[in-house]
Amino acid sequence: MFGLGDKNSSNSLVMNTAHPDSLLDKGAQDVIGKPISRIDGPLKVSGHAAYAAEYGLANVAYGFLVGSTVGKGKITELHAEVAREVPGVIDVVVDYKTFLRNSQQGGEKKAPTQGVENVDYVGEPVAIVIAETYEAARDAAERVRLAVEYQEQEGRYSFNAYREEAKKPPYNNIPSHYDQGDVEKALAEAPVTLDRTYTTPSQNSAAMEPHASIASWDDDGRLTLYASLQMLSSDRQQLADALGLKLDKVRLVARYVGGGFGSKLGIAPESVAAAIAAKKLGRPVKVVMARQQVFEATVRRSNTEQRIRLGANADGTLTAIAHETICSNLPGEGYFEPAGQSTHFMYGGKNRLITHDLVELDWMLSGSMRAPGEAVGMLALETAMDELAETLGMDPIELRRRNDPDKDPEKNVPYSSRMLTQCMDKGAELFGWSERREALGDRRGDWFHGIGMAGAGRSNILMKSAAKVTVDGQGHAIVETDMTDIGTGTYTILAQIAAEMLGLPIEDVTVHLGDTDAPPGAGSGGSWGATSSGSSVYLACEALQKQIADKMGVEVGAMTLKDGRVIAENRSVPLAELVGDGINATGQVAPGLQAKLTTQASYGAHFAEVAVNAITGETRVVRMLGVFAAGRILNEKTARSQCLGGMTFGIGAALTEEVVHDPRNGKVVNHDLAEYHVPVNADVPALEVHFLDERDVHANPIHAKGIGELGICGAGAAIANAINNAVGVRMRDYPLTLDKLLDQLPPV
Amino acid sequence: MKPFSYAKADSPEAAIREVNTEHTRFIAGGTNLLDLMKLQVETPDKLVDISRLPLDEIEEREDGGLTIGALVPNSDLAADRRIIERYETLSRALLAGASGQLRNKASTGGNLLQRTRCYYFYDTASPCNKREPGTGCSAFGGLNRILAVIGTSEHCIATHPSDMAVAMRALDATIITLKRDGDKRRISIHDFYCLPGDTPHIENVLEPGELITHIELPAPVEGARQFYRKVRDRASYAFALVSIAGVVKVEDGRISHAALAFGGLAHMPWRNPDVEAALVGKAPTRDAFEAAADALLDGARGFGDNDFKIPLARRTLLATLRDVTGE
Repeated sequence: MFGLGDKNSSNSLVMNTAHPDSLLDKGAQDVIGKPISRIDGPLKVSGHAAYAAEYGLANVAYGFLVGSTVGKGKITELHAEVAREVPGVIDVVVDYKTFLRNSQQGGEKKAPTQGVENVDYVGEPVAIVIAETYEAARDAAERVRLAVEYQEQEGRYSFNAYREEAKKPPYNNIPSHYDQGDVEKALAEAPVTLDRTYTTPSQNSAAMEPHASIASWDDDGRLTLYASLQMLSSDRQQLADALGLKLDKVRLVARYVGGGFGSKLGIAPESVAAAIAAKKLGRPVKVVMARQQVFEATVRRSNTEQRIRLGANADGTLTAIAHETICSNLPGEGYFEPAGQSTHFMYGGKNRLITHDLVELDWMLSGSMRAPGEAVGMLALETAMDELAETLGMDPIELRRRNDPDKDPEKNVPYSSRMLTQCMDKGAELFGWSERREALGDRRGDWFHGIGMAGAGRSNILMKSAAKVTVDGQGHAIVETDMTDIGTGTYTILAQIAAEMLGLPIEDVTVHLGDTDAPPGAGSGGSWGATSSGSSVYLACEALQKQIADKMGVEVGAMTLKDGRVIAENRSVPLAELVGDGINATGQVAPGLQAKLTTQASYGAHFAEVAVNAITGETRVVRMLGVFAAGRILNEKTARSQCLGGMTFGIGAALTEEVVHDPRNGKVVNHDLAEYHVPVNADVPALEVHFLDERDVHANPIHAKGIGELGICGAGAAIANAINNAVGVRMRDYPLTLDKLLDQLPPV
Repeated sequence: MKPFSYAKADSPEAAIREVNTEHTRFIAGGTNLLDLMKLQVETPDKLVDISRLPLDEIEEREDGGLTIGALVPNSDLAADRRIIERYETLSRALLAGASGQLRNKASTGGNLLQRTRCYYFYDTASPCNKREPGTGCSAFGGLNRILAVIGTSEHCIATHPSDMAVAMRALDATIITLKRDGDKRRISIHDFYCLPGDTPHIENVLEPGELITHIELPAPVEGARQFYRKVRDRASYAFALVSIAGVVKVEDGRISHAALAFGGLAHMPWRNPDVEAALVGKAPTRDAFEAAADALLDGARGFGDNDFKIPLARRTLLATLRDVTGE
């Protein structure tokens, strides 16, 4: 498929069996795992890395989306003529049938729901204004927005009003309901029980780069879309389906992406609007969403209501775990927030009930965001474990240790690797856990200090992924895949893998990402990017090693590749000399039986110290420490950065982040970064990250597990537990803002 | 953003001469105005750029006070040695506001004129009496967590977002302006701002085209303590839920001077003489502090999400007075 020829070979691996030996452990270049600064860093800090809206296409026109001003209704009149008042306006493009109602979820092959004549949420893009300048397009779009007439209908804008109508969602990759044993009976018989309900609000990914597209059609009717997306292979399928095009008529380019956090897994409404407008005008069209539109018309994480019931023996052994979640989404959308995802495998207990039900609301789409499931699920589960420990009078680490099972409690299969207890023990030692005092026991001036901890677990996923690696006539390696780097460090770790496998200095490896003309990669999402695309690069290089060995006339195992030289049998030949005009190979990895025969996840433990103001209830995080085990760490620096980011998001989820929907129309009221509070520098104290040495032979040939989302899992719960330790108050309605704490504080 | 014409002025007199359209606005740092223009909340037909006017000096006054040029950037004002030493509450308030980048751009005069951060004021599709008189107030029955609990009206419950202006009120600042007719005017900050009443779109007493040129601070109260306490959701880059600027002096076991101004509670930086009357002449005791809090919150009313501001203001005031009058 990708230039097969005699100089070519391909190497596929389906992970049906364990892969006990990784060639990365045999490399001589000694570059894998090293804390190498990201190789694309200089381009980024010098402004040379082109993001979606920064491709300088000739004759480009500017589009601005027109969002609905009502939450539910039908358009009766769209006064496009008001746009004509603005000089520079070219057209108002309306296509009620084809425009996307909302973004698509990640990995889907079909277009998301299309059709915008009937609107289902405030901000739904119903038209696009095209002008010669961005300013003119935005001005005219604002005029059109306020001039659209609707026949308003009664909408469903309150979660609490409709929560009783929650229904089991349609099948959606992850089973929504799981039942094992008899939870009710076990709870009735358990000597110690806990029954608590936790709520989390809608949240927004708040990626720095807004969603943006430049659409350009060539004379053969092929569309190139420069966009800010995470998973190009499936995004391409979605876009082709939405526009009724054959797949080979669509090319996506997303070489640099300024953060996605799930909100760019699937295509967003601006992509199709840009494509339709560009087609109609016969010139490229650029559409950049304003921040308010990102908040209103892309993806939110669903709010959740999570009831957790735990039953335990007096020694802390869990006999029952029930984790029942209700979340919300637009009518017809099957995606649910899988809050119970890690509850399946975190702790033992014979009787288990994990359910997710969905309420239809006329709020904007809900979908994946920063560790969908675990990020909010562990805010509940890991706080409940802390509450149970308190009830039992037991150290929370000890409680978790006693419930750390030696095999998956539901599937009766072993864990591929699991170092939860080791992470907790290491963290306790490094953090000074033994100095923890009773609640209200550490007051310094007006600030109560407290410490808390939580476990972390995040499913490990392998996705089908392909890459082509070429060694050119100069002995330099070129890696090509449509994998993306959304700020995570993909460029760097793929270069490290190729460098280690081919014995090259990292400077001699070039990585090309983010273009669907290259082999289809896994995309960035679900923490699978590094392991999946890394494995494909590994496999391509494995094939190249064979080619190199053949040319050298030796067995692969008898050959050493280092610093651009091939060394075997007392010969040392420059790689460039050996490969002639160049050689290439493609590698492809795919999930197999190992995903069923083992339960795969990354683990960690979070520790947090907070200070809670006794007067005002302000909570400030004083320090945090995380210990993580995620298989092989491919680059200690970028991995650490991933965890720092996750822990920072944990601070946000615990203390500040909340999308507020207006009770009268569902509108996102706080739709900008001034009022949607992500943590700022002053909110983020010294964060410490440690990795435990681990290899996972069941996960993939590079023995690494997902790390991108591990840092957020449980981080917020450690903060919540620390607040409880500081002031003896359990808040269960996230975010834990001071207004919820004020009346439970001691008098001034 | 709607198209507008643009003129640069090199003197205050030239600036007011350029005010010759129906909706001329002055622009200095633009940190608030430009955001509002992008959203078409503000739609001036002309901008007069005053950022180059020679109004960026801080000068000593004969009475021991300071005259601050309206274009002194917030960061420069906060870092000025005289401000730090004599007007600590002002320096602290400035540093509690916005972010480093914004403070570098924002001017002293412009800071006084910040528009509210009410969510509905910023959304042109929502009714808002401040933005569009007569359309109604969406904050009633909507999200009002950051909005006012004192001095509200049935037409508007917006808050004034400035930190700096709160300190200016505690310091009895005077605002010096140049009117369109060329006359100078001195306006006490206590007379500068308006309550919403039935005209929430009118936020201060400036006349059309009137330019703030300076802010005067009287000599500081000798021997008094100054402070600025800001309570907010994030440690930085968040508007005040409640803030208190103050100048308090204790002599011979009694409070001899108290000037307290409050942010986050009202349509304007709030100052109430009854609060200070409850303190002056009294010993710094819990009873006196409670009486001051009672005076402050007499008639305070929450609207649901912002109910917490009432106990929060009380607790913050009690603790702050305790700290500032203690050893």
